[in-house]
Amino acid sequence: MLGAYLPIIFLVVIAAVFGFASLCFSSLIGQKKPSEVKLAPYECGCEPVGSARERFSVKFYIIAMLFILFDIEAVFLYPWAIIYKKLGMFGVMEMAVFIVILFVGYIYVWKKGALEWE
Amino acid sequence: METIFFTIVAAVTVLSGIMVVTCRNPINSALSLILTFFCIATLYVTLDAPFMAAVQVLVYAGAIMVLIVFVIMLLNIRSEVGRRYTHAGIIGTVVGFLMLVLTFNFLNNSSLTGAKGLITTDVINKIGHTELIARSMFTDFLLPFEITSILLLVAIIGAVILSKKKI
Repeated sequence: MLGAYLPIIFLVVIAAVFGFASLCFSSLIGQKKPSEVKLAPYECGCEPVGSARERFSVKFYIIAMLFILFDIEAVFLYPWAIIYKKLGMFGVMEMAVFIVILFVGYIYVWKKGALEWE
Repeated sequence: METIFFTIVAAVTVLSGIMVVTCRNPINSALSLILTFFCIATLYVTLDAPFMAAVQVLVYAGAIMVLIVFVIMLLNIRSEVGRRYTHAGIIGTVVGFLMLVLTFNFLNNSSLTGAKGLITTDVINKIGHTELIARSMFTDFLLPFEITSILLLVAIIGAVILSKKKI
């Protein structure tokens, strides 16, 4: 049974080994000439302003929240797609009800401007 | 082979789970939680449930973790780091021990006859795990499925109302 998942296991192992080995080798054989500029946190080339440990705006949170909710909707579509031929018209209708109810939510989000970055 | 695999994965699951509650830095806890979710997904695979594994990775390790990291960003984590937990350890140990006793009690219970239900491993392998889920979800449990959409709708509206300044 596990044989079918062997490629995935290889992928995970290779990814882990590569990441770990890269860190190990760079700390073992890399040159270390630290200076104040080099040790500064990288911030797209600009001079870092203040600490990064600040409270972030709730605007990020609502985007993440809405992403999860519509992500869960998409998850339900997958098992439906497997048997929708067998369900026929009945299957189309039940998924239509599901989607329409969530579409109401989508319109609500849109109209309330929750997707705008104000 | 599969027993060894299960033992390794189960050990990593428990260890990363312990890391989640013992790490002082919330970000380390969150990363350990991702590892725990991946291990649980692996356990689902060994239970012949690949769809559950995929959903576990997509929804939990992907989406829910984004939410948890955002919660850490919303709170000021520096004030939380280094604060000692008080009675959580004692309560956790007691509850964990009770659960262990309950599990052993259940396993030794004579009411477990070993009789199998309709959906055995052979049936799952023949029809396919995802299709079995789909069949019961879209026929027998149609109403709960449609109610899920109402639940998601409530969550959408709740998220907007709670986090928008001006509605």
